[in-house]
Amino acid sequence: MALATAITDIEQLKSHPALGRLVEWNSAAVLEVKFDRDELTIWVPKESIREVCSILRDLADCPFNFLADLTCVDWYPSEPRFEVVYHLLSISKKERVRLKARLDGSSAAIESVTSVWPAANHYEREVFDLFGVRFTGHPNLKRIMMPDDWEGHPLRKDYPVEGYR
Amino acid sequence: MTQFPTAIAESGRETASGDRTMILNMGPQHPSTHGVLRLVLEIDGETVVGMKPEIGYLHTGIEKTCEAKFYQQVVPLTDRIDYLCPMTNNLAYCLAVEKLLGLEIPARAQWMRVLMNELTRINSHLVWLGTHAMDLGAMTVFLYCFREREDVLRFFEMVSGQRMMTSYFRIGGLALDPPLGFFEKVKKFADRFPGNVDEYENLLTGNPIFTMRTKGVAHLSAEDAIAMGACGPTLRGSGVDIDLRRDAPYTGYENFKFKVPVRTEGDVFARYLCRVAELRESIGIVQQALAGMPEGPIKADSPKVVLPDREKMKTQMEALIYHFKIITEGFTVPAGEVYQAVESPRGEMGYYIVSDGTAKPYRVHMRGPSFANLQALAKMCEGQLIADVVAAIGSIDVVLGDIDR
Repeated sequence: MALATAITDIEQLKSHPALGRLVEWNSAAVLEVKFDRDELTIWVPKESIREVCSILRDLADCPFNFLADLTCVDWYPSEPRFEVVYHLLSISKKERVRLKARLDGSSAAIESVTSVWPAANHYEREVFDLFGVRFTGHPNLKRIMMPDDWEGHPLRKDYPVEGYR
Repeated sequence: MTQFPTAIAESGRETASGDRTMILNMGPQHPSTHGVLRLVLEIDGETVVGMKPEIGYLHTGIEKTCEAKFYQQVVPLTDRIDYLCPMTNNLAYCLAVEKLLGLEIPARAQWMRVLMNELTRINSHLVWLGTHAMDLGAMTVFLYCFREREDVLRFFEMVSGQRMMTSYFRIGGLALDPPLGFFEKVKKFADRFPGNVDEYENLLTGNPIFTMRTKGVAHLSAEDAIAMGACGPTLRGSGVDIDLRRDAPYTGYENFKFKVPVRTEGDVFARYLCRVAELRESIGIVQQALAGMPEGPIKADSPKVVLPDREKMKTQMEALIYHFKIITEGFTVPAGEVYQAVESPRGEMGYYIVSDGTAKPYRVHMRGPSFANLQALAKMCEGQLIADVVAAIGSIDVVLGDIDR
């Protein structure tokens, strides 16, 4: 089974409820799209992540009401270094969509989505702990996995697998 | 609109009656916390005002370790995440990598995966049922559950040589064909098991002490459950009809008929009923898998990814070369990313894998169902009694390996 080529044209993918609504709301809110291996990824500007999330959550015909996962990928040494990844699920329509926001390494901060989904609370703390990405407006942004006095962020690519010696 | 539970006041606060609340530590070495879960409770007399879960005691950095391994070397690490359902983790990881590769899996391997996966669900639910009942004072159920669990672990040992850390699924299929006599033994177990579930239910479902400890306790509304990211039986117990096996079938689940038990009460008892009903559904799937098990290969026909048979390796030059190459330098995976979610006994187990086109995964992230359910725990314990916190922890079926990774 050969892999189908990825689709990156917004026009072709507009039938997806999430993308259609976002383009309609503000075409500048969709930086890039990719439909690859049956999964849709939408890149959004980091400034509008909270608004985009709340629009998708309240979508009338296909509400993405469930935050399935929130994590981060570190593309060190290239810039923008971090990509925060949101996996959304619509429980009623069984649709999934992946949102991504790119962040610079020097100012790795993005608005928290805890006001949209309270479930984001622990996920954002985890990303903060392991990647050092700050979430502005998070009610309790503290380390969650590592001890409070730990130095560094273990899942960053410049953090050695064995830890610092 | 659901709010995240309020933060606890570290030094207590004034209550309406003029007293002060007290901070109480529970865990990490507490028998009811099923591992190393630590809860900091703020209590007003016997009532829980707030709760703060403290996790990370079992954090082993598996996600980081994965980045330094070849794709096939990650499989044994996945067992150790949710150690009560190793095969579910193996499956989620293998499916994700197979999706990245665009690999097609033969029917027999798929049906074996379904069979083993449902046995794993039974194994996991039995541990949950036994320990949950014991937390609430019903010792006998524990012994009964572990009697059947032992049978399931023997099946695991038969196919993989291991009772708990099975690593039986491989990228591209299975490690081995099941041994002779395996299906007959599973069949015997499957015929007997519904009677065993009746036994557990006789001890618990109508038991006045058990029902008093569970009915109406730790209530979670459907709205709250969704907002807090709860999944699996915790979500279904609150009346949300979702099951990834049915809604987004993977590894051939579309060929099986089963019901998804949903309860609307949203309390500990509802979650108990959901899981017990799932035990019966799972054994039904096992029966269907046994009846329809296809013949054929158990590994995908992809010599660059799947290790050759031992016999071929010793007689054919080409197979020997592929074997050497896969072992020494791994196999490359086309660049891309996938999120593969499967229905683990605890809920949505998702593997997010990013590939940069090399032989090692660039990033592996596990979305653990317990991690999400733990957030719902704080919500459902607000205003409950301390003794009910124990029931609530049992009802979301936490596995700390899954939370801390």
